[in-house]
Amino acid sequence: MNFSNVSTICPYCGCGCGMILQTIDQEIINTLPSKSNPINEGKLCIKGWNVHDFVVSSQRATQPLIRKDGDLKEVSWNEVLEYVAKELMRIKDQYGPDSIAFMSSAKCTNEENFLFQKLARAVVGTNNVDHCARL
Amino acid sequence: MAGLAAAFGSGAMTNSIAELEDTKCIFIIGSNTSEAHPLIATRILRAKEKGAKLIVADPRKIQIASYADCHVQQRLGSDVALINGMMNIILKEGWEDKEFISERTEGIDALREMVEKFTPEKVEAISGVKEQDLRKIAELYAKSEVSSIVYAMGITQHISGVDNVKSLANLAMMCGNMGKEGGGVNPLRGQNNVQGACDMGALPNVFPGYQKVGDEKVTEKFEKDWNVKLSRKPGLTITDMFPAIEEGRLKALYVLAENPMLSDPDLKHVKKALSALDLLIVQDLFLTETAQLAQVYLPGVSFAEKDGTFVNTERRVQRIRKVIEPLGESRSDLKIIQELSAKMGYPMEYEDPSQVQEEIARLTPSYGGITYSRIENDGLQWPCPNEDHPGTVYLHKDKFTRGLGLFHAVDYVPPDELPDEEYPLALTTGRIFAHFHTGTMTRKSSALNKEVEKGFLEINPKDANKLGILGGEKVKAISRRGEISIEVLLTERMDEGVVFLPFHFAESAANVITNPAFDPVAKIPEYKVCAVRIEKIDEKKEG
Ligand code: SF4
Repeated sequence: MNFSNVSTICPYCGCGCGMILQTIDQEIINTLPSKSNPINEGKLCIKGWNVHDFVVSSQRATQPLIRKDGDLKEVSWNEVLEYVAKELMRIKDQYGPDSIAFMSSAKCTNEENFLFQKLARAVVGTNNVDHCARL
Repeated sequence: MAGLAAAFGSGAMTNSIAELEDTKCIFIIGSNTSEAHPLIATRILRAKEKGAKLIVADPRKIQIASYADCHVQQRLGSDVALINGMMNIILKEGWEDKEFISERTEGIDALREMVEKFTPEKVEAISGVKEQDLRKIAELYAKSEVSSIVYAMGITQHISGVDNVKSLANLAMMCGNMGKEGGGVNPLRGQNNVQGACDMGALPNVFPGYQKVGDEKVTEKFEKDWNVKLSRKPGLTITDMFPAIEEGRLKALYVLAENPMLSDPDLKHVKKALSALDLLIVQDLFLTETAQLAQVYLPGVSFAEKDGTFVNTERRVQRIRKVIEPLGESRSDLKIIQELSAKMGYPMEYEDPSQVQEEIARLTPSYGGITYSRIENDGLQWPCPNEDHPGTVYLHKDKFTRGLGLFHAVDYVPPDELPDEEYPLALTTGRIFAHFHTGTMTRKSSALNKEVEKGFLEINPKDANKLGILGGEKVKAISRRGEISIEVLLTERMDEGVVFLPFHFAESAANVITNPAFDPVAKIPEYKVCAVRIEKIDEKKEG
C-alpha cells in the first residue's frame, strides 16, 4: 500500500488556498487545508473540502474522439493528433491563419496558457486567442 | 481589467488578501464575498472584529451585508451614479486627500466638474439610495485612516463595466487610498487562474506580461526567441469570434477546458455559430455541452494529474503538483499541445513545466525572477523582475505603473435594457456558494450537488404574491431572447421588482435569456441586468 501527501492549490476560485491531497495507491482519499499557506492558514471552504470528489468523477471522458458519420468515435492519440494537425494546416493554407481561433482557459495553468497562445501565435500565426474571463 | 489599466497602468488586484484584515474600512461593491470568495470574507469579518468599518453596496441583501455598518441597495446598473454621488459629497466636505491628488494624479478638474452634477437628489433618483445613507458611506470611506475597495463581477458584468471600475479608481485616488498597505482597488477573480490566463497573454491584443501586440520592439523580441515571423495585427476577442464565424471569416475554433455553450450570454446564437464551424476542437475533462458539438475531443487532465502554476487573485504565483497519474487515456494539456505542435512542424522541446516557466521568465519582465525553486513553498507575487526581488505585496507604492494616476470623468449611462410594461422585472445573475462558474467541475461532485441540486429563481414574496406564485412553484421566465422554466424561491433578500438567477445549471441556463449587449471596451456581456416577465405555467397544458 502506497500512502502519500501532496501539497497543491485549490482549483475552484481566485483565493488560491493551499491544500494537501492524500492518496492511497493512486486514489485520492482526502483533502486537508494547508496550515502554512499564507492565504488560507489552515482553512478551506465547502468547495475546497470536496475537491477530491470531482477528479475521480465517473463522468470523466478519457478517450480521444473524432466525429465519424455524425457520431463521436473512440480513436488513438496518434490518429487524433494527426487529424487535428492536418485539418488546422489545411484551413490555414486555404483561408489564412486568421481563420483559426483559440479559446484558452482560466482553469488551466500558466504554463498551459503560455503554450496555447504560443501555438496560436508562433505555429498558426494568429493573435486570435482569448479566454473566458470576460464572461 | 481595462478600467484599472487606464487609471493606474496595470490591471490587477492592487493589494493583498492578508492586508484586508488590518485595514480600517472595507467597501464591498458587486461582490457576494461570503459565497463566491469565502476565505476572503473570513478576513473581512476578522477586520470587522478588530474594529474596521464595513460598507456594502449591493442590490441584494447578501449575507455579508448583515455585518455591514451601512448597506445600500442601489438599483441594478446604477453604480457610477452612486460612486459619483459619494465623490460629490467628499469634495463638498473637503474630505479628499489634497496632497495625494496634487502629487500623484492628473485629471482632477474634469472629474470635479462631472461629479458636481451628481447631487444627492439626483443620485437618489437614479439609484434609489437615500441622501443620509449616501452621506454615511461617503464619510466612512473617506474619513477612515485607510480604506480598501473590494469588487467582483457585479461591477464588471455591465454595459458600463469599465466605467464602473474607473469610478472606483477615482474614489480610491481622491481619498489617497492607493499605494499603501490596507488600501487599494481589489478585484476578486472568479475562476482560479483568470489572473494567470491574462498574465500569460491568452488575450488577443497582448503577449505574456501585457506586452502589446504590434509594438515593434516587443514583437521582435518574441520573434527572435521563437524563431518565427509573428502577426502584428491584434486578434479577435471571444465576443467578436461568434459574429466572425457567422460571416464565414472564422473556420476553426480550438477550445481549451471551457464551455461557451453554458457561459456565453446568448446561447441559441452560440450553438448556431459553433455548429457552423468547419472544425471545432474541444480539449476538456468531460463531454460538456460544447464538446458534444465538436468534431474532435481531446481528453485533458484535472489539476490533480499535472504539475504547473496558478496565479491567485492577489498576483501570487503558486505551484500545483501532480497527485495521481492521468486517468485512462487522458494526457496533460501541455503534452497534448507539444505533440500537436510537433506534428504541425514546430517542435516545442520542454522536459517539464519548469522549463516552460524558464521561458516565461525570459520573455515576461514582471515574471523575470520567478523560478520553480523559489516558489517551492510560498509562491511569489509579481512584479518580481529578478532573482533577488522578494515579490510585490501591493502595487503603485511611490508611483503608479503609468506614472501619475489618471482620473476619468465618468458619466452615468443607464443599463441597455430596463424593465418596461411587457417585461416588468429586472433580472440579475450570479453565483451561489457551492458551485463554480458553469458547474463543469463542481456539478460532477456529488457532495456539492446535494447542497444545491437545481436551478432556482429568487423573487421577493410581494412580487410573487402579485403574480399568484407560491414558493417552489415552477414558472416561466421570459426575456426578449428566450424563455426558461424554473422553480422560484421566495426571499426577502431580493428587492421588489428584481429577480435573481444563478448561472450554473445547464437545464435552466440563465444565458438563454440574458442580454448579449456588451461593454464597448472590455467586451464583457451585460449578464447582470436584463428585463424579464414571469408567467405561471398552466399545469393542465404542461401535464
Ligand atoms: S478552498 Fe474555497 S476559498 Fe479556497 S480557493 Fe478553494 S474555493 Fe476558493
